[in-house]
Amino acid sequence: MNIKMESRNFTIPEKEYMFPGHVACPGCGGALAMRLVLKALGEKTIVVIPACCWTIIDGPFPMHSLHVPVYHTAFETAAVAASGIKAALEIQGKKDITVLAWAGDGGTLDIGIQSLSGVAERNDDIIYACYDNEAYMNTGIQRSSATPKGAWTTTTPVGNPKGEPKKNISEIMISHRIPYVATATLAYPDDLINKFRKAQQIKGTKFIHIFAPCPTGWKMAPELMITICRLAVLTNIFPLYECENGVKYTINIVPEKPIPVREYLKLQGRFSHLQEKDIEQIQKTVDFEFNLLLKKAQLIV
Amino acid sequence: MKKVVTGNHAVSYGVKLARAQVIAAYPITPQTQVVELLSEFCASGKLNAKFIKVESEHSAMAACIAASASGARAFTATSAHGLALMHEMLHWAVGARTPVVMANINRAMGPGWSVWTDQNDSLAQRDVGWIQIYCESNQEVLDTTIQAFKIAERVLLPVMLILDAFVLSHTSEPVDIPDQEQVDEFLPPYNLKTKLDVNNPRAYGGLTNPDHYFELRYKIQKAHTEALAVIKEIDEEYKKHFGRQYGLVEPYRCDDAKVILVTSGTITSTARLVIDEMRDEGRKVGLLKYRVFRPTPREILRDILYRAQKVCVIDRNISFGHGGIFAQEIKSVLYGLPASPPVYSFIIGLGGRDVTPKDIREIIEYTYKEETPAEPVIYRGVRL
Repeated sequence: MNIKMESRNFTIPEKEYMFPGHVACPGCGGALAMRLVLKALGEKTIVVIPACCWTIIDGPFPMHSLHVPVYHTAFETAAVAASGIKAALEIQGKKDITVLAWAGDGGTLDIGIQSLSGVAERNDDIIYACYDNEAYMNTGIQRSSATPKGAWTTTTPVGNPKGEPKKNISEIMISHRIPYVATATLAYPDDLINKFRKAQQIKGTKFIHIFAPCPTGWKMAPELMITICRLAVLTNIFPLYECENGVKYTINIVPEKPIPVREYLKLQGRFSHLQEKDIEQIQKTVDFEFNLLLKKAQLIV
Repeated sequence: MKKVVTGNHAVSYGVKLARAQVIAAYPITPQTQVVELLSEFCASGKLNAKFIKVESEHSAMAACIAASASGARAFTATSAHGLALMHEMLHWAVGARTPVVMANINRAMGPGWSVWTDQNDSLAQRDVGWIQIYCESNQEVLDTTIQAFKIAERVLLPVMLILDAFVLSHTSEPVDIPDQEQVDEFLPPYNLKTKLDVNNPRAYGGLTNPDHYFELRYKIQKAHTEALAVIKEIDEEYKKHFGRQYGLVEPYRCDDAKVILVTSGTITSTARLVIDEMRDEGRKVGLLKYRVFRPTPREILRDILYRAQKVCVIDRNISFGHGGIFAQEIKSVLYGLPASPPVYSFIIGLGGRDVTPKDIREIIEYTYKEETPAEPVIYRGVRL
């Protein structure tokens, strides 16, 4: 396996910014992602949360579980609210505060893509993280444009599962030629933390796409959450990579012998209705997409 | 300094003098000149502000609210469809108690597309909780812009100042533009007590269960009630600094009037001429300019209108299925008073059709003459 990661002797910072009392489901990828990301970014961070699972997870008023300021905003406004905060901080001379927009896949790929595109086009100085659990989980598992082809959701029932492939948000963001786009997931916490630290040092719009499983919505055992993340990477379903300035790709993990997608799919009830031909089709698509990514990484610009 | 400026530029000068720190805006006719001049002020360094050129009005308002919650004085401007697109965030600004100031240039809603004036855009936002102030002249626009920031920051409610498309927005008038030092004395820097602060990591606007939500709404209503006295006080203070004041409403020759006409916006200027003419003829008529629409200045409206025998209201707007919105408001204010005067409701000039002195005179004459209105709502000038 070809691994391009910054440090193999890595310890996760001990300091916590997320405390007990949050109301995430057991095995929530989005909850662990927040915990790790705040460890990376530190206390001088303001988190902007639109409607998503994290609207609930942080805890009901007057309590909240994060030891950083949290600004809740409307569903489609995470990116631009972060821009507004950043502008306000800059005009007051506070230049050392990181503004993190933290949205789900619905708030990013669907309803929030307009304001996100606006922020990226202006290259406003924020970090935008999408914790992607591949459906509208907070409202009860409805399909989003991040739901993979073939998956069951409550609006793509068995017999009529989602027929369209997942929207490729990272490539959309790369097309904005922003300084930094990366993917990350929870089975590789060192990689995830390093990517956020790197993003924090870069001026302009940074977009990090976090693969964050939802055991509840994916109909899988909560204790398999990390396993699923690792399988997503080692099957090439969710490759870990970075792209700088819209052109310079680095793939962080290139498995010499990718694990068949079947091993990933079979652990999740949302795919249990798939037939052999469906799985073969998914395998073909994954192979095609990963080869395309490899070719992009070979580009010398 | 006296300068001949349009209504739109009067807003821009007001915002510059108020030292807005974050401006987020999206183009829409007839508002665009407001933010064009502001972007020039920012580019030349005359105004030290961050101008976020957002991709929609919805984002403009979202950015302003977030900036305001972070301790910056925030401003935007819009019209019609832009205001309608903001609707969700207008609620948010109120719920978040962020003192954002916005100029709305009254423009009719499509379809059919119209860029001309009527009040349906702003009045459709009546119940979101913004303070709404309707302006009559470019001087009033500039003065209200400066006042608006002070009002908003005192009561922690957003303020919308409103001016008619083209009739005011694109019409030049001489305007006295105050000195920066004078405005600085009147309007101190924005100082929000509770704001996003990494040293005090609170959550803003999170999940609020039925144990708390009602109280938050009650406090918004309480702030509106208190705002009436605050607006009055700030208006009087403004007079001390700049020699001008406007009142919550402005009664004109109402003292012994048998018929009082209620207007808002630029129709007021035309109506004032008609009242003068009719007074010269010995007719006992008066005019009430409805300036601060939300919060409703209930007591002062009652005090003035109660003395008249009849009241007529001009609405350049329509609540479909009901009637003119200002007339509804006036009826509601007068309801329950013993022997309150009847209210004659007239809808006129939708989509920017001219409202002439002749129209206004006929409205007053009709009210004078007819024992009761022929219809609950009378439409002037509809060509069928």
